[in-house]
Amino acid sequence: MEKFTTLTGIAAPLPMINVDTDKIIPAVWLKTIKRTGLGPALFEAIRYRADGSEDPDFVLNKEPYRQAEILVTGENFGCGSSREHAVWALCGFGIRCVIAPDFADIFYSNAFKNGMLPVKLPQVDVDKLMEDAQNGENARLSVDLERQVVVRPDGEEIAFELDSFRKKCLLNGLDDIALTLNHSAEIDEFEGRQKKATPWLYG
Amino acid sequence: MTQPLTLFDKIWDSHVVRQDPDGTCLLYIDRHMVHEVTSAQAFDGLRLAGRKARRPEAALLVADHNVPTTDRDKPIADDDSRIQVETLEKNAADFGLTYFPLLDTRQGIVHIIGPEQGFTQPGMTIVCGDSHTATHGAFGALAFGVGTSEVEHVLATQTLIQKPAKNMRITVTGSPHNGVGAKDIILAIIGRIGAAGGTGHVIEYAGEAIDELSMEGRMTVCNMTIEAGARAGLVAPDETTFAYIKGRPMAPGADQWDAAVAHWKSLPSDPGATYHSEITLSAADIEPLVTWGTSPEDVLPVTGEVPDPAKARSEAKRRSMERSLEYMGLEAGTKLAGIPIQTAFIGSCTNGRIEDLRAAAAIAKGRKVAHGIRALVVPGSGLVKKQAEDEGLDAVFTEAGFEWREAGCSMCLAMNPDKLAPGERGASTSNRNFEGRQGPGGRTHLMSPAMVAAAAIRGHITDVRDFD
Ligand code: SF4
Repeated sequence: MEKFTTLTGIAAPLPMINVDTDKIIPAVWLKTIKRTGLGPALFEAIRYRADGSEDPDFVLNKEPYRQAEILVTGENFGCGSSREHAVWALCGFGIRCVIAPDFADIFYSNAFKNGMLPVKLPQVDVDKLMEDAQNGENARLSVDLERQVVVRPDGEEIAFELDSFRKKCLLNGLDDIALTLNHSAEIDEFEGRQKKATPWLYG
Repeated sequence: MTQPLTLFDKIWDSHVVRQDPDGTCLLYIDRHMVHEVTSAQAFDGLRLAGRKARRPEAALLVADHNVPTTDRDKPIADDDSRIQVETLEKNAADFGLTYFPLLDTRQGIVHIIGPEQGFTQPGMTIVCGDSHTATHGAFGALAFGVGTSEVEHVLATQTLIQKPAKNMRITVTGSPHNGVGAKDIILAIIGRIGAAGGTGHVIEYAGEAIDELSMEGRMTVCNMTIEAGARAGLVAPDETTFAYIKGRPMAPGADQWDAAVAHWKSLPSDPGATYHSEITLSAADIEPLVTWGTSPEDVLPVTGEVPDPAKARSEAKRRSMERSLEYMGLEAGTKLAGIPIQTAFIGSCTNGRIEDLRAAAAIAKGRKVAHGIRALVVPGSGLVKKQAEDEGLDAVFTEAGFEWREAGCSMCLAMNPDKLAPGERGASTSNRNFEGRQGPGGRTHLMSPAMVAAAAIRGHITDVRDFD
């Protein structure tokens, strides 16, 4: 997995609540059997017009947001379907960090598995960052994972909270399957105990 | 004295393989359901790393999302869909996993076939790369949706890295009025707590209204738990649960049955167990409900009117309501009953079980679908289809002008040819009214199976209580 340490880049504002994963990537794109190539389909229904041309009003079709690496958005981002394709599509576009007041649980967890940092902040802080993001050329934010801060264009730092295990995996780009396989002996023991206690689970 | 525990606590505690000092747990997963859309990349990951499936017998694979609901004997016409289904088949064979092929009567929507086969049992941990895995919580199993990376993690290790969720209890007291069912109960709950109301929680449903529900009804309630943002729903196992499971192909056999039931009876929450939050609703206050917007929380009684964004609880909600109304082609103040529809869809993992088809058929019987309305009935599995046919429900539907289809997800998410056209308005028994969910530009109104059948007959949204 790709590491995430610090990121300084253009932040795009998406002031919508309840952005569901169908909106992030419509179901028709889920027919792929790969993780890559979904960037062009990100937000398809609101990014393109019916004839397939770009909608010039959509934020990611405008400069400087075409280069956005950070997305600032509203509550309950990533709700709905468990599709990890939503994270793949954001990463495919180049977005490595999403900042919102809260996230749907499955999206939140999927993000970490792909080297993406979801930052949860109180609404008042998100409002400030939304304003920064709306500020065209100056819409640059820095995110420092080690120090757990978002730095505004004026230098103000906003601290965020994060689970320590997830932080460690992201900072070091750890493969959590390999980490778990280090505990194979404990899994064996668990299965041995469970098979005795509830044998019907073993057929 | 030991501390009283909730049903969630008991299942969680009995599945922790190890715990780190920061509270991160390695949680053992008993059962893993796999479908074609969220698994190909996981199997690829295993191949790349040279890993095997740790416990092949704990997985059950089926294709449901992409599959056409007609002409099953022919190859799938859409290339991408066909490749995805073939990839699942190949992965099942390569990794030695159980797979129900498309022409097997046991094929169907993953969340319908698990319970149907007895694969789903109380006290288990169950995952699937699908958010509606919450459905299986109806049996008192801790069941939740995961992403593709976690599908791979479970295949390789039979565990997940997790932290415990918070406990929420929602009690629905009393009994609902006629014409009000499980779908209305869960829509009422989502309307009450909101689409993010359950984030970070597992919801335990309790109260007479829940106890009185059949397993089918409990599955409908737990299924849409994810629409309230919670990862899992739970109902304490009881005699209704045991009676449903007994004798199913993958259920504990006669020699194990009594021990299993004894264990299952120890699972319900202890008296005095505490919850992080508690909510109570009265079933008698619930009316048949309909969604008007593009989030499942946008729900109102069928007797209501399209709400006015100016009265929204926040600025963000006002903007989102305005956008929803524009997308839905609706104006504030319009009465919900009377809004014309063009399509009616009965099916999905929310409402594709036998009881749902019976409820819809009771309304359809002896009546006709309104002129020009496309009405589809898509059973949740081949076995539901067969049972419905044995009961003569297919004839009731086809005589009324409904199309009777093969099992699959179908118009719930429009990955197969069953879609709403842009601007087309549908009454649907599915679970998501998101923009484009049932086809780009399609407009979805969620409601119960009886309400969808009633809307198909009248040609517009209507109150099912007006039917005798
Ligand atoms: S019926 Fe709909 S919600 Fe259920 S599994 Fe299929 S696509 Fe998902």
